[in-house]
Amino acid sequence: MKALFIRMVLVTLLGMTLHSVPLSAQGMFSTSSGVTTFSSVTPLENVFAENKKSQAILNTATGEIAIRMNMREFNFPNKLMQEHFNENYIESAKYPTATFSGKVDKAPDYAKDGEYDVSATGKFTVHGVTKVRTIPGKMRIEGGKISISSAFEVPLTDHKIEVPQVVFVKIAQVISVKANYTLVAK
Amino acid sequence: MLRLALLLMCSSAVAYAQDDLLNQLSKQDSAQKIPVDATFKSTRVVNGHSVETMKKKHMDFRISHRFGRLNSGAYNFFGLDQATMRMGFEYGLTDNFMIGVGRSTSQKAYDFLGKYKVLKQSTGARSVPVSVTLFGSMAIATVNKELEFQDKLTYTAQVLIARKFGERLSLQLSPTFLHRNHPDVLGDENTLLAVGIGGRFKLSKRVSLNGEYFYTAREKNTVTARYYDSMSFGVDIETGGHVFQLHFTNSLGMIEKQFIGETAGTWGKGDIHYGFNLSRTFSFDKKNKRQPAN
Repeated sequence: MKALFIRMVLVTLLGMTLHSVPLSAQGMFSTSSGVTTFSSVTPLENVFAENKKSQAILNTATGEIAIRMNMREFNFPNKLMQEHFNENYIESAKYPTATFSGKVDKAPDYAKDGEYDVSATGKFTVHGVTKVRTIPGKMRIEGGKISISSAFEVPLTDHKIEVPQVVFVKIAQVISVKANYTLVAK
Repeated sequence: MLRLALLLMCSSAVAYAQDDLLNQLSKQDSAQKIPVDATFKSTRVVNGHSVETMKKKHMDFRISHRFGRLNSGAYNFFGLDQATMRMGFEYGLTDNFMIGVGRSTSQKAYDFLGKYKVLKQSTGARSVPVSVTLFGSMAIATVNKELEFQDKLTYTAQVLIARKFGERLSLQLSPTFLHRNHPDVLGDENTLLAVGIGGRFKLSKRVSLNGEYFYTAREKNTVTARYYDSMSFGVDIETGGHVFQLHFTNSLGMIEKQFIGETAGTWGKGDIHYGFNLSRTFSFDKKNKRQPAN
């Protein structure tokens, strides 16, 4: 009886620990220094920007994945472009973040090192407009780290990002996005 | 009992698995200090300088016009027959420091300016409530050939303090020190103190309404030709690298010495000038021409 009681207390305590520190739950991998870049290439002008503070979190137990970044953390070599990006196109004050929240479609064996072609399906939100998308990528599992890389395209019209007629030819209608995140166990 | 406890634990674990991962990310967001951009669209509110500076390796080519007085009548096409102009080249050495040179037809004046951002308004955990920019300029009025060189000089120093209140409204306070080595009118003071208040209200992403008023303190009013405070209202229209500023003002001059110190017109009598500033930005950043690295 006494042993049962102790066991019960222990189990309850364990349950409480899970309650108070959910991030320490087994199977959580994350980063807050992921690199996301995008580029718009036209014959007239190339635009390139980089965000080195993208956040990503993956629950290997459930396959759930979430990615989040501040639009203002996108750095352009040309600061005037950066100002126009925030002020006129992406409207960072109104829509400060871009996010993805979904599930890895066919989960690889996280216990085994190797490189896997994967994809994730979920809600992709930019400029306040959410689209359900399946985004392809690669996952490399090595030494307890999970590296995710992906390249995909975002059409401006999908997210109601308006480009005025005068600069229409200088900004590509479809923006190429690349992501590189190295997730470590929490 | 044990089974119950286990059940409790499992149910809570399941609940966490369903917890929104995105909320966890936003909770641990590390973005501490995010600067507030674009308090004004241009380096000028109307006549006076705004807290904005040219970005690094960008050159601003400015052509500004002020036409004659609206009350000069139909014969003079309400002032449009007559025009004064300033042409200027202004360049960002860094993202915080710009220099510029200009030439005004009024008084055949050359002006040289420097502007430095000392504080940037920011949001986040370590927020900064205002932006502060220091401005200094020297003008040489070459119209009067008889004057000694130093008598042609005027110096201006300003502390520009601005705050962007949300996306639409920005307000600025501009304490000004103006020193003329040789005032145009006999009996006028060499040193003038003034304070400007200006602002803009955004009507849309690319259009804003601007207004500006400079109060100039003169100790004695022994000046024969009366000078007035400068007041201006206008519209800013931005299209990519261009900013068009169209306005009405009672000042003819476009440099500090002229609109703060020598505004001869008054709104009360209809001495209003229509004018515009045309700003075209050129980028000298070679990196933009190249293909992105990856």
